[in-house]
Amino acid sequence: MITIRQLYKSFGPKSVLQGIDLELNTPGRISAILGPNGSGKTTLIKCILGMVIPDQGEIEVDGQSIKGKWEYRSQLDYLPQIARFPDNLTVQELIDLIQDLRPGRAQAEELIDRFGLHDYLDSRLNHLSGGTKQKVNLTLAFMYDSPILILDEPTSGLDPLAMQQLRELILQERERGKLILITTHIMSFVEEMADEIVFLLDGQVCFKGSIEELLEQEAAESVEEAIAQLLVVSEALEQALEPDQQNA
Amino acid sequence: MIKILKYTLFDLLRSRWTYLYFGFFLVFSSALLLLSGDSTKVIVSLMNVILILCPLIATMFGVMYCYNSREFTELLLAQPLPRRAIFWGQYLGVALSLSVSLLLGIGLPFLFFGLVQADSLLAFLFLLANGVVLSFIFSGLAFLIALRFDNKIRGFGMAILLWLFFAVIYDGLLLILLFFFRDYPLENLSLGMSLFNPIDLSRILLLLQLDTSAIMGYTGAVFQKFLGTSLGILVALLTLGLWVLVPTMSMDRLARRKDF
Repeated sequence: MITIRQLYKSFGPKSVLQGIDLELNTPGRISAILGPNGSGKTTLIKCILGMVIPDQGEIEVDGQSIKGKWEYRSQLDYLPQIARFPDNLTVQELIDLIQDLRPGRAQAEELIDRFGLHDYLDSRLNHLSGGTKQKVNLTLAFMYDSPILILDEPTSGLDPLAMQQLRELILQERERGKLILITTHIMSFVEEMADEIVFLLDGQVCFKGSIEELLEQEAAESVEEAIAQLLVVSEALEQALEPDQQNA
Repeated sequence: MIKILKYTLFDLLRSRWTYLYFGFFLVFSSALLLLSGDSTKVIVSLMNVILILCPLIATMFGVMYCYNSREFTELLLAQPLPRRAIFWGQYLGVALSLSVSLLLGIGLPFLFFGLVQADSLLAFLFLLANGVVLSFIFSGLAFLIALRFDNKIRGFGMAILLWLFFAVIYDGLLLILLFFFRDYPLENLSLGMSLFNPIDLSRILLLLQLDTSAIMGYTGAVFQKFLGTSLGILVALLTLGLWVLVPTMSMDRLARRKDF
């Protein structure tokens, strides 16, 4: 469903993505994109969404190159990291706006029930608390039945109850056979939810595989430990060898 | 684009800034009409305010809107619609809501007091049209600045500088130029240079409408001679049109290859 070949991107002198090759083709799987700050997680996601235009390389969604296209985005649902909406619209109007823009049928009602947003539908967005805004954000991202779901730090600002609801939602979407991409910093969330880990380091894919494979490869007890070891090893390699050798 | 425009208008027409802007014009033009009663004089006073205020508010409001709606713009960018639709929709939303505030804020008092005499009606309509055009020009420039500079502080700085340049500095430079080369005939130069400043161009067009160009002396006569003809008016209107088109087309181009 998503194929990325030799993706390069630099912002000025800083190269963020340095030849990413990635295939995410199994529906019904949750892939967690991990990596230290500045490793290119958000840039990679923004490239897939067409918000960042890569310098080199190819991204295909459903076998079609996305270069200069916008129609393919009806295949993608996206949850942005920061929820900020126009101040003077009401929640209902915001939901209507997104429904106006997207083809297909939305199931907003079910999500509004789930998050208890009924009382807020006519409130203006600038009167909502951060957590409620995040719930609106989740509603917007989950109300379509698109085959690919991209979540950028979905856990930020949620109370424990909403967090639990989010877990249920994500698992439910997986059951429906969606391809789900998540970036997060919370390792327990990864251990619990992810079927596959993509670990980015210095703009390259450093590890891709299941949690079991990662634990086995690094002889570690937890994902956190394994990731720490990956980082230590890569630093040692960098010191020992030329930085551009692909040993990691 | 129409959909984005619709919701941008929904949002902005409820914004308290829009009401403040509308309220200011409402109070100001009502006060002027009550105090003076002579609509030509009121139009001249309003002209001076519009020529300074419309560009200032359009620039600041446009930049502010862009920076404030950044995260929401990112959400829109992830939706299945072309980029240009988003930015044109937002731009037209900002420019239209400013124009509506201006038109209602000034139009309502004039309608209410019924003071537009036939001879000043044309000048009045010209004044309103000019305010609208200036709003479109300067909100276009504001969008261009906000897209060009990711840093808010720098963007606001550039916006203020831009306004200051066209509203104040440009005239100063022109005066210095005229002063140093006062021994040469400079009428054509000053005529040409005023085309490069939309605020000056609007002022001249309005003054010519009001038949007060005599106060501008000999240069005024040159302006009258050129801009009083239909060719001159056409050139002036085309130039104002270019002032709307060039920034918005640049915005369009920038938006297409920008990384968010």
